[in-house]
Formats: sequence, structure tokens, C-alpha cells
Amino acid sequence: MATPNKETLLDWYHQMVLIRRFEERCAELYQQGLIGGFLHLYIGQEATGVGAIAALKEHDHVITAYRDHGIALARGLDPKRVMAEMLGKVDGVSGGKGGSMHLADRERRFWGGYGIVGGHLPLAAGIALASKYEDRGEVVLCLMGDGATNIGYFHESLNLSAVWELPVVWLIENNQYGMGTSVARASGVTELVKKARAYGDNGRGMKEGPRIDGMNVLEVYEQVSEAVEYARKHGPILVESLTYRLQGHSMGDPERYRTKEEVEQYVASGPIGRFRAYLIEKYKNIEPKLDEIDARALEEVDEAVEFAKNSPDPTFEDLVRHVYVD
Amino acid sequence: MADRPITIREALSAALREEMQRDERVFIMGEEVGVWGGTYAVTRGFLDEFGEKRVRDTPIAEMVIAGAAVGAAMAGLRPVAEIMTINFAFLALDAIVNHAAKVRYMFNGQFTVPLVIRTTTGGGKQLGATHSHAPEVIFAHFPGLYVAVPGTAYDAKGMLKASIRDDNPVLFVEHSTMLQRRSPVPDDPDFLLPIGKSDVKRRGDDVTIVTFGKGLEWSTAAAETLAQDGIEAEIIDLRWLRPLDLEPVFESFKKTNRCVVVEESLPMFNVGAEVAARLQDELFDYMDAPVKRVAAMDVPLPYAAEIERMALPSPEKIVKAVKEVVGG
Amino acid sequence: MAETLTMPKLGFDMAEGTLITWTKSVGDTINKGDVIAEIETDKATIEIEAQTGGTILKFLAEPGDVVPVGAPIAYVGAEGEQVPEEGAPSPAAEPPSQAEAEAVAAPPKPEAAPGKTEDKDEGEARPEYAEAKAEAEAEGAEEPAFIKASPIARRIAEERGIDLRRVKGTGPGGRIVKRDVEEFPLEEAPAAPVKEAAPAPSVELPQPSVGELPSGPDVEIIEISRLRKRIGQRMVESKLYVPHFYVTTAIDVTALLELRKQLNESITDEARKISVNDLIVKGAALALREFPNLNTHFYGDRLVRHKRIHIGIAVALPDGGLMNVVARDADKTALGTMAVQNREMIARAREGKVRAEEVEGSTFSVSNLGPYDVDHFAAIINPPEAAILAIGAARKTPVVLEDDTVGVRMIMKATVSVDHRVSDGAEGAEFLKLFKELLENPMRLLM
Repeated sequence: MATPNKETLLDWYHQMVLIRRFEERCAELYQQGLIGGFLHLYIGQEATGVGAIAALKEHDHVITAYRDHGIALARGLDPKRVMAEMLGKVDGVSGGKGGSMHLADRERRFWGGYGIVGGHLPLAAGIALASKYEDRGEVVLCLMGDGATNIGYFHESLNLSAVWELPVVWLIENNQYGMGTSVARASGVTELVKKARAYGDNGRGMKEGPRIDGMNVLEVYEQVSEAVEYARKHGPILVESLTYRLQGHSMGDPERYRTKEEVEQYVASGPIGRFRAYLIEKYKNIEPKLDEIDARALEEVDEAVEFAKNSPDPTFEDLVRHVYVD
Repeated sequence: MADRPITIREALSAALREEMQRDERVFIMGEEVGVWGGTYAVTRGFLDEFGEKRVRDTPIAEMVIAGAAVGAAMAGLRPVAEIMTINFAFLALDAIVNHAAKVRYMFNGQFTVPLVIRTTTGGGKQLGATHSHAPEVIFAHFPGLYVAVPGTAYDAKGMLKASIRDDNPVLFVEHSTMLQRRSPVPDDPDFLLPIGKSDVKRRGDDVTIVTFGKGLEWSTAAAETLAQDGIEAEIIDLRWLRPLDLEPVFESFKKTNRCVVVEESLPMFNVGAEVAARLQDELFDYMDAPVKRVAAMDVPLPYAAEIERMALPSPEKIVKAVKEVVGG
Repeated sequence: MAETLTMPKLGFDMAEGTLITWTKSVGDTINKGDVIAEIETDKATIEIEAQTGGTILKFLAEPGDVVPVGAPIAYVGAEGEQVPEEGAPSPAAEPPSQAEAEAVAAPPKPEAAPGKTEDKDEGEARPEYAEAKAEAEAEGAEEPAFIKASPIARRIAEERGIDLRRVKGTGPGGRIVKRDVEEFPLEEAPAAPVKEAAPAPSVELPQPSVGELPSGPDVEIIEISRLRKRIGQRMVESKLYVPHFYVTTAIDVTALLELRKQLNESITDEARKISVNDLIVKGAALALREFPNLNTHFYGDRLVRHKRIHIGIAVALPDGGLMNVVARDADKTALGTMAVQNREMIARAREGKVRAEEVEGSTFSVSNLGPYDVDHFAAIINPPEAAILAIGAARKTPVVLEDDTVGVRMIMKATVSVDHRVSDGAEGAEFLKLFKELLENPMRLLM
């Protein structure tokens, strides 16, 4: 694990701010009716996505569920093309056919966001199998929500990865609610990382990884980096990142399942504020630089929206293309 | 090289072996494919020949068998996943329908899924309600997936090899009571049959029988009976439910003007419904009689042999249906 | 032809409904049974279904309008079809020439309560019953017009000009199938009339195979007159399309002839004397009052019930041929007046000077061959009429009288031919029975 230098840290800060500004704008565009369907915001969870993806090498793989905007941006997808996808435009990363839940970029080995809870877990196992089969030394980072740990796919996929010793980091983003049902109301164990114990023992099969502070980008980076190296050498490992989504499950969530006070508390201890404070403490006179990054992020979002709005709608040809390989 | 008569089982084995020899990326995964040699013995000897890496026993876990095969295919391998019977494929429905069939489309062509899922189908073996239906039509509902339903050894080999070489996901459905059927099959390692082409299996001028899979066997027997009464049936074997090739059906129907669709599917929303709808749409002015369907009865299949037989199609039922459309 | 959708009656005490909303739009294609609107009654809000299918041409009510039960609310017809003028929903069938014709299948006029639309002369007739009956008959009447043939059989028949009505179906349920038309001898296949529903299309006179036209001194070749051709055509149409049934009865006309004798004794002017035929026409007209269904025209899918009774009288012409003159309102016109009119019309017909209005508009016909000394005969219906009465000669006949003695009476046979699409044997028989009663009690003809 390389210790991040100042440049890297500022890059992470930029990514986190960009994700935050990007999603705030998405919420506005949704309310204006420019974004349709579902919109699941990542706001509050930025440190987990940014820190975990920073732990990967370029040839490693990322796959996630439907709360995927932050993961896509952290993996370096062009905000313009992500925003074009949000608006259902032909320049979108999925040509306007995927939408908010189905962002992907094969070039960056980002295999996509998936709309079925748990549905991408066996795919992650398969991608890892391909890596192992061809001895490529590539690791798959599979992010999932806490809700996915209760679905059948979780069991079958983690078990198979254990039996076949597949190079996967299974990363639970425990934001404490599966839609509106809290972890305690949905899972037999609330310390979700313990579920690894069902799939491994005595160094064989699944390794039970750490339970980490998902609001601290540095800790996420360090812990996931270790997990990635473990997976590369030995096989699957389960990691749990404790985080919190500051917005509803998706747009229009009445949020009856939690209190305003609870949300306020997390806003105060939010990942971006914490990281900013860390940087100011660590580097003298960095504040103007951080302000500049904040302003840049806003400009990038403006540009992305401008680009997306100017991108054409998909056509009939797009409608019927890519059903099959011709 | 002269074609040898071999069984469907041997044809499937040969197709798998040849394609695995040809392409390192091709591998087999599924329940009991390795040590056991396949529950229908199609992969017997493969573990010794190709090793554990390429002949992978899985837990009994259909969701991940299908799902991991999709992921492996997306990431560059060419998996042949085996789901022991199509009834278990219901457990894998999400992986097959939501992912195998859709990832290419919803990510705008960024991914390909060169996947074959082999499975067996069919009743008539007293396996009771959960192991006996022939629900391949369900899978043919979805764009993005191909569905193969061979009825002869020749077709089984040529279609399986073509499926493995194709870059699209294929559900390859073999009938569990037909694995011992023999027909001449080329030894040529590059013997391939085109994807989505149906085949005229018997010539006749009086009625068009459209069928596939086990229906081919029943229809052939029925055609022989009918011939004794002077009725010559033309049998079109669809071979694929997707892509569905109805051109030979249309050609035949223009001549015979009468059609019976034979299948083991349940009677509602089945291939017969599709064929009948398409015929009246495209060839209304050629119709001389309503299109008849012979399918399984609209009940879950029972255990007892006597009543299981009643529920399934038979040559007698086909003869009766043909006489209804031909008769006076 | 545009049809009207009407405010349905959705409860025994519902008199009107308030239109809440249309659930379809003008231009929409609807099927019978589709929900087209929501209405509110004093009980509930109810969806109403289209009573017929087609394209919605026009709405006649707006949301909020209170519409009486039975009043028209929309026109439905073929796409692009013109709708009738506002407020004048026209009868649904092909319009008959008489303005007084009432299309029984058309909705009652909105301003009139059911029961008042019927002619007063119908006495105690229960209108709802009569309507229901007529509708049922109209529906049943469609069946014989449908030819069961497969699509390819129809196509081949059309290509080869084969009249499917002449082809025997050997397919399931008697369906005409491909082989039936393929094996149908082409030389026997007359050109098929294209439309099948209405009995009105002009038919090329079918030519049975007769071989070459003979010639030589033993034969004379005669051109067929236009009138003859027209009669032939109409009779062929009638026999082809109209399923006739026949009912015959013997009528004791001793009293009738006696009455006529007495009446005529008092009349000095020859031109005013009453004929037996006048009495028969009167009797038929009075009987029809009780049997309005036989005073009906058949229009394919509709019946046109005539409220006035106009009796066509078949007149043999001196140069051959036949013509119908029409005794208008024969049930109401005084016998003496009618006798004069009939005599004059018949004379003009025979002289070829008949007026158009004297030969048009008959609602029922009588053909009397009594003067030709025939026993009895069956006449061919004159479409679109539903029936025709054929009268034989009155003869002295030995009959068993009521006291079981045998006496000599004047007996005349009458046969009514009826279109089976419109009526059935029982009704024909009852009509004939009443006709017989009237003639046997001839004073009733004068009342």
C-alpha cells in the first residue's frame, strides 16, 4: 500500500466534493423532471467509494449496485457522460439506455451498477473466476448495500467465491437501512462482517475482514488496500464499511424510519467536512486550494449539465441496437 | 468422411469436447459435471481429460451457477454452465433474464455474454410436478437470449457447437427422454448449424406440423399413421425458439393451408399461440382451417404413470388434431 | 351507416342519467361492450358500455348533461363517415323510400317515452315486447346469410368467380374448404356476387348449362323483354336469397261471395262494383294489423317495420309479364273507395299507363289466380317484403259441416309464403287463421 501524498489526498478531496455537487445537482434536475425513473443518491457515503476505489490498481475491477453515481465518478468516469446518462442522452455512458442505476464503463473496468439487489454478486464471482482462470492477478471489488447481505445471491456468491478461492473483496456499505428497514430489523447479525464466518474457517475459504469507519476516507483506503492485497494473494474477503446516507433511499422517500436529529448528527460528522478539517490541520495554508477545488467541482458539474442538455436524444436505431451481438 | 449414427448424448459430448479442445476459454461448470460425469453422463471422462480448472463442480446453487457464468462470460471466458433440469432454472431466472439477456443492451453494447446454459427438459418419467414440465417457452419470451431446442443428434451437435462459438447467451434445452436417440452426425470438428434456422424434417402436402424437441418424435410417429390414411404431413422442426424462424412454416402453409402445432409446453401462451397468431397475421388468406394446438394439459404433471401419460401429447392426439383440420 | 349509442337504462326505475365523462374520444375505434363513458344515476356512478362497435363519429352529449334513458349520446360508424344532422338520428338500416317507415332497431326518439312510439292502431301491443322480439328476430335472421368458408376457399372462389353459395362444404361442420372450390366445375360457376349480407345486389341471371342455341324451321328465337328480364332477375334473387316457407289453408267463402253479391246489387255503376280480390286485399290488410311482423321489409341486418299497410296486387299483363299495383292503407281505406282505386290502377297497368307511385311501396303482396281456375299455388316473395299471399279459385266443394252432415260450400285455398329470416311457421299459420276468420265472417271486413 502506497502512502498517499498531498497530491493524491487533494485528488480524493476533489472526487468527494465532485460527487457531492454532482448529486445535489441531480436532485435538482430530478425535481425539474429532467431526470426520470429512480434516483438513489450517494450523498454521505463518498468516503467509502473514493477510499475503496483508490485502493485498486487500474487493471482491477469494480462492480456495484444501483447507488452507483459516486462509484462511477470515483472510478474516473467522465462527469459529462455520466450526467448525459442521467438525462437519458445518447452521449451517456450507457447511451441513455441504462439510466441512473445502470452506469458502466468497460474501459475503466467498471462493470456497472445493477438494479436488482444482490444480482451483481454472482457476476462479481464470475469476473473474478475469469481473472483466476487466466491467471491475470486482477481483483474484483464488489460493493453492496447492507440489504444485499440478506438475499440468497449473497449466500450463493460468497460461498462459491470461498470454494473456488476467487479474488474478490466483498465490501458491504452498511448505511444502516435497506430502503426503510434498519439492519437490526432485517438481519440476524447486525455486525454484518461476521457473515463471513459461514464461508470460511481456519484460513480456508472466506476471510472475515475489518469493520471500518466508512466516513473516514483514509481509513477506508488503508483497510481496503489490505483487503485487496489479501484477495489478490489468497482469495475472498468480506469487509464492512459503516456509513450513512444523508438523503432518502431514493427521491420521494418520506423517511419515516429515522429522525431528523439522527440525520443532523451525521451531517455534522460527514465525510467531506471531516476530511477537509484533516487536510487543513495537516497542510498549512491549504484552505485557498481547497476552496479552489470546491469551485472547480461546481464548474465541472455546470459543464456536465451543459454537455448533457446539449447531447441528442437516442433514436429508434439506438432503441433496437445491442439486443444481440450481430 | 461418412456420417456415423450416434446418440444425442454422444453428440452433445462430442460437441463439448471438440469446442473445449478448440478454445481454452471454453469451460464447463455445474452440479455434478466433474467427478460424477454429468447426471446424464454427457460429461463423463471430461474431468480426466480437461482437469478441474475447466470442468468445475459447483455447489447446488443455481443462482450463482448462472450468475457467475454470466460474469465470467462478460469478463472474457466462454462458459458452458449446466443447470441439471430446466425446473431448477427457475431459481436462476433473475440471472438469466435480468442479466444474461440484458447486460449487453442496458450498457449500450459495452459487454458481451458468450454463454451457453445447458439444461434438460420434459416429462414422462414419473418425476412429479416440480421436475416434469417443459417450460422453455418462458425463456423464449425475452429478447437478448437465444433458446435452442434440438430434436436429433445431428441437430444437437451442430447447434451446440454453434452456440458455444456464438457471442450471445444461449439457453440450450435437451430433452431428457431423447438422449439415446440416434442419427448420423458428421465427425467434422467444424460442423456447425446456423443459429435460428428451422428445418423441414418431413415433406407432405396436406398439413403442416410445426414442432420442436420431443414433439418431433411424436409428430413423426403421427405422420406415419396419417400416411396410411393418405394424409401427408409436412413436419417443420423449429430447432430454435429464439431466434424463431417461421419462414419455412409460412412456405409450407402456403401449400398445405392447414397447421397443427405440437409441443410439450403447457397450453396457454405457448409456441402454438405464437405460430397461430403469426399465421393468421401473415397468411390469413391461405387458411383453410383453424390452427390446432397439441400441447400438455393445463395441469401440473402428476406422478402416476397412467395419468401422466394422459396429460402429455401423443401421436394419437396429433393424428386426431390433424384429422380435425384436414377432415370432412 | 352511422348508428347511435343511447343512454342505457341501468335499473328498473332509471329515467335519466348524468354524463360524467367520456372515457373514449371521437375517432376512437370501439368494440361492442367497451366502456365508453361514466354516468351518474340517482343511485351510483356507473360505467356504460358501447351497444355497438365502430369508430366514434360524434358525441351528442357533454359531461354534465342530463340525458333521458334511450336518448342518443353518440354516433358510431365507419371511419370518416358523415353523421346525420343534429337532432335527427336516422333509422339504422338502408333507408326505405317511405318516410313513414319505422326502423325497429333504431332507438326510440328521445322526447318520446317508450310505449308512445307505437302506432295507436296497434291497440294493446306491448311495445317493449315487440321491440325485443324484433331485435331477436333481426339477430337470428343474420345466420342464413353467412357462408361458412375458409379464408383460402374464399380467395380462390373470388379469383375464379365461383359463387360460394353454390358450393357444398365438406370441411368440418360443413365449412367450404379449399378442395371444395378447387373441385367445383368452373363452367358451372356463375360470377359470384361480391357482397353477401343484403339481399339487394343485382345478380347476373345464372345461366344453367343449356348447350348451343337451337335454330332451324322448328323453333322461333325470341328476345327476352326488359320487363321479363327484370321479373326473372328479381325472382331469382328472391329464390336464391330468401328462405321461403309456405302455409296453406282452405277458406269457406260462401258467405263472402254472398255478401259481395248483396253489396254489388246496390251498386249500379259497374266501375264501382267490388271484386272478390278487393275483399281479399281488405282481409289481408286487416289481418296484418294483428301481425305487424309480416308487414315488414328485410334489410340484411335490420328489419323495417311498416306502420302503414300497403298491399301489392299482382296484375297479369296482356303481353305477358307481371306488375304489382299498390292498394295504399288498405286496412283503413273504405272498401268502396279501394275497389274503385284498384280497378283503375289495374286497368292502367294493363294499358301500360300506370303511375310510378301506383307500383311502389307495397309492404305485403297478394297474388290471386282465382280467375284462372287454379286450385292453389305458392307465390314467390317480392323482396324486401316478408310475405306474399297466393289465392286459388273458389270452388263448390263437399265439406263436413259443423253438425257432421256433408254440405256443399264454396271453398277457396290460400297459401302464404313467408321469409324465414323474418318469421316462423307458427306466425304464418296464425296470420292465415285470422285471414280465414275474417273472410268467413265477412261482415268484419266492413267494420
